[in-house]
Amino acid sequence: MNIIVAIKQVPDLVEGLEIDSSGKDLDREWLKFKLNEFDDHALEEALVLKEETGATVTAIALNADGIDKILFTAAAKGADRIISVTGDFGDVVSSHEAASALASVISQLDHDIVMTGVQAVDDRDGQLAVLLAHHLKMPHVSVVTGVKVNGSSATITKEYGGGMVAEFEAELPVVLGIQAASQTPRYVPVAKVRQIMRSASIEEIAAGGDSAGAGSSVSRFFKPESGGGAQMIEGSAADQAGKIVELLKEKGIK
Amino acid sequence: MSQVFVITEHINGQFEDITFEMLGKGKEVASSTGGELVAVLMGSGQKDLASQLGVADKVIYADHAELANFNPEAHSKTAAAIVAANSPKLVIAASSSMGMEIAPAISVDCNMSMIAYVSNISADGQTLVSQLYGGKMNVESAVEGNGCVACVLPGAFSGDAGQGGGSPAVEDFTAPDLSGLKIKFKQLIAPDSSGVDITQQGILVSVGRGIQNADNLPMVEELAAKIGGAISCSRPIVDNKWLPKSRQVGKSGLKVKPKFYLALGISGAPEHIEGMKDAELIIAVNSDPNAPIFDYAHYGVVGDLFDIIPELTGKL
Repeated sequence: MNIIVAIKQVPDLVEGLEIDSSGKDLDREWLKFKLNEFDDHALEEALVLKEETGATVTAIALNADGIDKILFTAAAKGADRIISVTGDFGDVVSSHEAASALASVISQLDHDIVMTGVQAVDDRDGQLAVLLAHHLKMPHVSVVTGVKVNGSSATITKEYGGGMVAEFEAELPVVLGIQAASQTPRYVPVAKVRQIMRSASIEEIAAGGDSAGAGSSVSRFFKPESGGGAQMIEGSAADQAGKIVELLKEKGIK
Repeated sequence: MSQVFVITEHINGQFEDITFEMLGKGKEVASSTGGELVAVLMGSGQKDLASQLGVADKVIYADHAELANFNPEAHSKTAAAIVAANSPKLVIAASSSMGMEIAPAISVDCNMSMIAYVSNISADGQTLVSQLYGGKMNVESAVEGNGCVACVLPGAFSGDAGQGGGSPAVEDFTAPDLSGLKIKFKQLIAPDSSGVDITQQGILVSVGRGIQNADNLPMVEELAAKIGGAISCSRPIVDNKWLPKSRQVGKSGLKVKPKFYLALGISGAPEHIEGMKDAELIIAVNSDPNAPIFDYAHYGVVGDLFDIIPELTGKL
């Protein structure tokens, strides 16, 4: 069985976000990037299935600054193949463009399950999983929290609101948008990533297909207006805790 | 604008709240552009649900056995076929588990643009605002060309404007060929109701990613016990299996409305806010002064959880 996991990096939101001089993008100069957390869950679920079924796991990403480290980390975690899709990509790649480019490469690879994270913090023009599925003309299930492979089919758990879930039986191949893996994504020490960088190599494959645009353009970025906002409690941790306790007493809560 | 389409959502015979929020906004855009509001309803033997969609000028109903329960393959194929047959300029879908299967399908199959996480739509339907980067940035998009599918955030628009109205004409739509589907619906599973029901708690001590790892939870449990509340959490905590699903507040978890909600290390992504914004008193503690949670909290503390939690436990 072949599992392909599409991954990408996103800005680390721990850092403050600033708007650049164009007003239409983030100021990228000081941004730190990290693997999209949902893609990390997708990769984890693929690796769990590899352990259960002996599947081959391929991690694939669009080429970008810093993507090599992300791909080598995937290899260190257990991905058998790592592929960088090359093409004329800008700083910001729309989900539609990514889906088209990834589909042009994935369609040439053996695949029984194609997975990616359910969403990313920057997918302005839609989430990748279902866009990718429709470019590949494959069925899809997104917001997935469980995958059990039984031969040529898989039992898929999909989450709704309010804790309700639905179970589906999917004939393979299928595209899945993963919300959560069945276990916490594994961690690999940097030393192991460095080690794999000496032995593994990234395959480069050029994107084909049409370069579908998003069909919309960004007119501006702006920070959310704080909705009145919180009254801030200042002081040392002890002062702050003291004021919280006072508030709770005042409101009759404690 | 010729027509505004709304993809309605229902589960167990009940419309989701977002359906009425979408209809309300859709009506506004349709009215201001001299267009028509069309509600898309898919189901099996559920045509009578159309009577609740009175705000719409027309309901298009597709009936098929495979549409009895939501099926990502059957519903996305059918919705795309309905949209393709009518070419509306604006399709409003939900930023929800169902909408996230349907909207991108319409976008690719009908060659329309798509905008996700929409929190506002201009009166002419051409300018849309998305909440991106975990609610930390708003991005305004201008729609070009062939029409757009907008995935709107739950709670962004009032549901009242989507309620009531007359009795719209119901037009039957013959579903596309749904034989040989690769995805089969098996069953719906209700949430595990054993253990603590966080929706019934007066005080919730809620933890987010800021707690860093499961080893830090006992400190929070101690605080919750001291304050007389239960522990709840944001999504990453459940995804990492540190707390059970039954404790999750937010879009894919539960909506809560306690007297007091203490948010510890929760940044306040829109999905979380949706589940707790109606709490009577919200106090948020976060190390990031720009965390969106401070826009919704009544009181905020910028600081280190691992300093504040023991101090608070000590003083209670």
